[in-house]
Amino acid sequence: MAANKLNLKDKYRLLTRDLDWEFSYQERKKAFPFEEFEGIKITDWSKWEDPFRLTMDAYWKYQAEKEKKLYAIFDAFAQNNSQLNVTDPRYINAIKLFLTAVSPLEYQAFQGFAHTGRQFGGVGARVACQMQSIDELRHVQTQIHAMSHYNKFFDGFQDWSHMHDRVWYLSVPKSFFDDARSAGPFEYLVAISFSFEYVLTNLLFVPFMSGAAYNGDMATVTFGFSAQSDEARHMTLGLEVIKFLLEQHEDNVPLVQKWIDKWFWRGAQLLSIVGMMMDYMLPNKVMSWKEAWGVYFEEAGGALFKDLARYGIRMPKYVEQVQTEHMSHQLWWTMYTHGHATGFHTWIPTDEEMDWLSEKYPETFDKYYRPRWELAKQMEAEGNRFYTKALPQLCTTCQIPMLFTEVDDPTQLSFRDTVYHGERYHFCSDGCRDIFHEEPEKYVQSWLPVHQIFQGNCGGPGVEQVLSEYYGMNLGADNLDIKGSPDEQRWNRWKGVA
Amino acid sequence: MPVRAITPDYVGEVKDLQANFHGNQLVYVGWDHHLMFCAAFAFPLPPTTTFRQLRDEVMVEGFSAHPEWKEIDWDSTQWLLNGEPFIPQLDVALIDQGIDHKSLLRFQTPELKGFMGAAV
Repeated sequence: MAANKLNLKDKYRLLTRDLDWEFSYQERKKAFPFEEFEGIKITDWSKWEDPFRLTMDAYWKYQAEKEKKLYAIFDAFAQNNSQLNVTDPRYINAIKLFLTAVSPLEYQAFQGFAHTGRQFGGVGARVACQMQSIDELRHVQTQIHAMSHYNKFFDGFQDWSHMHDRVWYLSVPKSFFDDARSAGPFEYLVAISFSFEYVLTNLLFVPFMSGAAYNGDMATVTFGFSAQSDEARHMTLGLEVIKFLLEQHEDNVPLVQKWIDKWFWRGAQLLSIVGMMMDYMLPNKVMSWKEAWGVYFEEAGGALFKDLARYGIRMPKYVEQVQTEHMSHQLWWTMYTHGHATGFHTWIPTDEEMDWLSEKYPETFDKYYRPRWELAKQMEAEGNRFYTKALPQLCTTCQIPMLFTEVDDPTQLSFRDTVYHGERYHFCSDGCRDIFHEEPEKYVQSWLPVHQIFQGNCGGPGVEQVLSEYYGMNLGADNLDIKGSPDEQRWNRWKGVA
Repeated sequence: MPVRAITPDYVGEVKDLQANFHGNQLVYVGWDHHLMFCAAFAFPLPPTTTFRQLRDEVMVEGFSAHPEWKEIDWDSTQWLLNGEPFIPQLDVALIDQGIDHKSLLRFQTPELKGFMGAAV
């Protein structure tokens, strides 16, 4: 019998690099039409390094085993009614937000990497993108399966993908990925693989999975761990992308720097959602958003950018303007005051939680944010729970309501604007305004939910019809304060609380 | 370069042209140093709306929940239109005093310090 087992090196060569071919009757350029328009110069694709050397056959085998274990845990979770083991029903709202805001981004990433992988002339990069694409598809599936259990017991889980495409605050994550996917393939990789996966993803996954563990949600912890080994590969791809682009041609350096500046800022604004979750939505807190930023960005990112300095890359612009001291408070206040229009419940932090926030934000919480909650408490006690009446102004770039304050004055909202071809555009920050200035023809197309409502493109005529008919929210169940909600009433019945 | 696109001379469709608002224009109004309201509000209004209607009807909807709303002395209130000092004419249409589509009006009431004096 002939030896039919290849050694790893040969297998890798045959199943990745050897999949490429010479183009004999078609121009190579025509086969990869997206490769040049961004201005990136690639002189030698064979320099692409793949540190994992994973081949497709090994990938399937390995992932299948991982998922067998994962689904066994989901089954056990369901059979043991483990939804009853979470700290309290407020926690579930972080999961609702994750399912509607983050899981659909996994699907967008799957589509983005499938497209991007097709566009590269180098086979190493194509195979790496293909694997990540499949990873992302698996991630969205396992997340849906893990969270579907909660759909049997809690409101707000029914139509997450429909909501992702339509709901006002979900346009923030959606437009982030739309922006990346409508860019060229190299910007997409710098945006998602490097800036998001490599620089910022630990801020999303580590706190989220620890948050789940601290709050008794073993299903979420399990899908998080299952995704971790993939994430390690994604982060490595992110770093390889950057090094490869920078080593290929010196003309790539300013382009890459511009993309890092842009995507770092977009990512930092987007992650304010995670900050709000950590500081306000987790009944058992892991660490504050400010602490998480210190550990996962300032320490880890600082070292990274020191390494990249030899290529002529500096820290992202605007890094000094990221307001980790304020953003979580300002965002949760926005969600609380718009709680009639959110697909999850909101609430006033308890006295103990406010003390924790004072301790974590000693310079700012008592001075700027506790008084807001005192006002909210007073209004609630008067039977007049505060829901804001009008719709907020949105940032044209990040699409977040213009809720952030000036870097040097936390009592004053930050307003930036510009006039382009006779039209005025508004922004929450210098970073978002400058991103617009780079590519105004892209962002004049921003689908800003508040403006779309006023144009009559989201049903209506009133906000109630927009929420129920266009967004698909069950009003009175999915939205409003947790106090008195059906979620809370059911929980109290299960727990035998009057 | 106004956009980095594979299509030569790519031009984006402007989503928020005034023509798309069925006769209305958008006006944003924010109350400086009063963060009970997380952001400025957006209102779709006929350009012929007078400033008095804006202040006494439209803005009431958005801002009147604030405990200091009733204490505002409109005679001493300062206004900014798109970042510049502005003196409103109460009975003149918005459009006739330069408040056009997607203009931002901010008002300042320095004697009112917000709930608990905390700019809330």
